[in-house]
Amino acid sequence: MTPRQRAWFFAVAAAGLVACYLWAFTGLPGFGNYPGPYGQEILRRAVGETHATGVVSTVNFLYRGFDTVGEEFILFAAAAGMSVLLRKLRAERETGPADEADSRTIPATSSAVRIPALLLVGPTVVIGWWLASHAQTNPSGGFQGGVILATAFILVYLSGEFFTFRKLSPVVLVDAVEALGAGGFAAVGLAAVVMNLPFLYNYLPLGQFPGAISSSGTIALISFFVGLEVAAAFVLIVGELLEQTLLRSA
Amino acid sequence: MIPVAVMNTLQVVILVLVAAGAMVVVRTKVRVRQVLALSAYGVLLAILFFVFQAPDVTLSELTVGAVALPIILLLAIAKVRKPEQ
Amino acid sequence: MGIFPFLVVAWIVVVGLYGIVTSRDLIHQIVCLIVVQSSTYVLLLGVGYVTGGAAPYFFDIPLHTKAVDPIVQALALTDVVVEAAVTALLLSFAVQAYKRFGTLDPLELTQFKG
Repeated sequence: MTPRQRAWFFAVAAAGLVACYLWAFTGLPGFGNYPGPYGQEILRRAVGETHATGVVSTVNFLYRGFDTVGEEFILFAAAAGMSVLLRKLRAERETGPADEADSRTIPATSSAVRIPALLLVGPTVVIGWWLASHAQTNPSGGFQGGVILATAFILVYLSGEFFTFRKLSPVVLVDAVEALGAGGFAAVGLAAVVMNLPFLYNYLPLGQFPGAISSSGTIALISFFVGLEVAAAFVLIVGELLEQTLLRSA
Repeated sequence: MIPVAVMNTLQVVILVLVAAGAMVVVRTKVRVRQVLALSAYGVLLAILFFVFQAPDVTLSELTVGAVALPIILLLAIAKVRKPEQ
Repeated sequence: MGIFPFLVVAWIVVVGLYGIVTSRDLIHQIVCLIVVQSSTYVLLLGVGYVTGGAAPYFFDIPLHTKAVDPIVQALALTDVVVEAAVTALLLSFAVQAYKRFGTLDPLELTQFKG
């Protein structure tokens, strides 16, 4: 099928798809008139039951915690799949610094990149840590904090070389941290099962003041583990791709 | 609180910008330029989520769509580039 | 304003699919797939919006003010981060395909030589 025939076929199919979409959207109650019962019910109950003022995090880690376990394991599987997929082929060999010295046409990284990157590593770690541990009060949580923590390691790579990055985050250590994060989340839920409660029930003491750091029981703990896991997964992903750029086919 | 009419115009404006941004990202054929267009599209999406009263999703989209995803894409592009480019 | 955000969602889906269908480069296709995925976030948040509602965080506004739906925000939030990891996996497929077949053109990749 030539590309033009494919484009015409797509035009017909897209017209059908848009027609079905429009038919479905006219059945919705319109933008802004959300009628659903679950959202309003959770808004009424969440702060009272969990002493957490960030309702989205309570939905994520308590009321629908099972979905979040699944999504976190998707992340885990994606990082593991990349480690398997990007293995060295037989025809490739790793170039050390000696091989590249004579054909070095790449300019060295300029100071305008290295110095700000170095200065920003500290604040990035602090911000990521703060976000990952404040899931119950602010618009933050494990997922966002984890990604920002991973960005700190990438800043280290930008301000130095790949080998600095690799020394700061050896693959074995990052793998172990990722497993700790994923397993920790599941373990917190399973500990509830051991105590004869439903999976991922909130069994830790709720804080006395709604919105304090130590409030809301298991939510803060789970958010911390999720932050660890997401950070480790992203460092692993970026590290795998960075290593690929060092390989050259023989 | 911001009056509803102002919020509505803000939302319409940013929705139009997002629609235009999607078209720009799809029509860019050069790889590195498309990654930069994707980064700008991610910032536009983050503003859209903010105007829809969802600060959590804004944070996520900013960190992932404007930082992490372009880094991963640029690394893959660097790998598949032909040596003389 | 009744249906306009949903029209934008349909537009983004069609534009992204058009990019995938008429593309000659695997990396370009993956970026268009990211655009298609972003339309689902807009749809989720558009469905849960309440006119005049505030963000569902109650540490500085009194309890029981009208707020937008928190469930769809939780779904969209985890979605965004997981999408990045799945995209990375897709990119590693593309990288291995390039190493194996030497080309990233989807029209030339249709014949697999075992």
